[in-house]
Amino acid sequence: MTPPVVVFSDVERTPRDPLLIVAIIAVALVFIRALAFTPIEALQGPAQKILYVHASSAFIALYIAFVLMAITSILYLWLKDEKLDRVASSAAEVGLVFTTVVLLTGPLWGKTIWGAWWTWDARLTSTLFLWFIIVGYGLLRGAVEDRGRRARYSAVLGILAALLVPFIHLSVYMFRTLHPMPILLKPSSPSMPPEMQITFFSAFGAFLLLFAALLRVRYRVATLRDRLADLEQERA
Amino acid sequence: MDDAIANTPPGVLAAAWLVARKDLAIEFRTRTAFLSALVFALLGVTIFYFAWDSTAVSAVDLAPGVLWVIFTFAGLLGLQRSFGSELADRAIDGLLGAPVARESIYVGKALANLVFVVGILVVTLPAVVLFYNLPISSALLALAGIALLAAIGLVAVGTLFSAMAVNTRMAELLLPMLSLPFFVPIVMGAAQSSARLMAGRPVAEALPWLRILVAFDIVFVTACTLAFPFTLDE
Repeated sequence: MTPPVVVFSDVERTPRDPLLIVAIIAVALVFIRALAFTPIEALQGPAQKILYVHASSAFIALYIAFVLMAITSILYLWLKDEKLDRVASSAAEVGLVFTTVVLLTGPLWGKTIWGAWWTWDARLTSTLFLWFIIVGYGLLRGAVEDRGRRARYSAVLGILAALLVPFIHLSVYMFRTLHPMPILLKPSSPSMPPEMQITFFSAFGAFLLLFAALLRVRYRVATLRDRLADLEQERA
Repeated sequence: MDDAIANTPPGVLAAAWLVARKDLAIEFRTRTAFLSALVFALLGVTIFYFAWDSTAVSAVDLAPGVLWVIFTFAGLLGLQRSFGSELADRAIDGLLGAPVARESIYVGKALANLVFVVGILVVTLPAVVLFYNLPISSALLALAGIALLAAIGLVAVGTLFSAMAVNTRMAELLLPMLSLPFFVPIVMGAAQSSARLMAGRPVAEALPWLRILVAFDIVFVTACTLAFPFTLDE
């Protein structure tokens, strides 16, 4: 097969996404606020500031990206609409980025607070395996050429993954509670001074905006990829 | 083949049994996959022994972990072959053309795989008892039950992923990549419950882990049976 020739005039050049720009500015502002204008936590010191990145990313990755992927996967198998497959794969990929952030910031925080980079706690373990599964999801998509088949396979994996995570969480929870536990400092302490609360919620909002912007960009890439594949097929 | 099934298409379970019998007949006549998985399991059991300081960790503590890790890896070898054998001459088309429900193909394949992994366990379990000098007790019977529960969960997920992985560009790598995260609750449940039984603890202590295994089996046998038709090209 000859290499595909892309005629750029056929595909409108996408301008910079305004939502993405707004999101990046919001994240930058939140960083400034968190570092310079939010009090330092008395017990944990500056390390506590990781919370703003870590907890927001964790919530978005686990409860928004991943849930979105699972729901759109189910809907895809039902309605067979390609748009749903694009949303699912975009949510998985952007979710992977956020999960990676969680897994990188977690040990940094843990080392200072718990004195250990890693503990096999239920949350950490299920997040880690979720990360493995989403990586597998990406590899699976890359290894299937036929578009319909790729969509069906990844939807099946997405649904099974959603069923698996509670099992991993529960079994690791049991594994740990039957053994002595390291002293866990609950990051989500309900009593947070108002300045920190404001920083936390604005960080959450900024990252949510970033998630939405990245999802939209990634979705557009998926659409363009499909169109490119269609054009190539027409040519052949 | 029986005359009774010659004219009317068989029911879901009867058809599943036919598919399973076909796979087992192929396996029985060639024996390659089973023997290599078996030798792999036995080699693994012996090599694992030297990966630990036997004076620091007693064999009884080591054995359950070894058994279940080796079991999942050996099981993967069998699962690989499950749909791999349908690739030659597009044999899968013959299966899909047969007047049987899609679910029957899945259940049949899974049954054949179950026989495969249980067969491996039947040899590996005594080998672990032998090599790790475990006391032979009534716990072995309960262990057989755990083994069956673990095998059902492993086969349910593995058969589905085998059907998917075989149609991809890197089947040999993708099957373990996709399956292993799903084997985590199985390995944990099986290892934890058998560790307690082997140590002579009462069954009640192993019960919460057995519940996890049973719940896993119910959820994933159902989900994978329902999902299987979506992995086939119509």
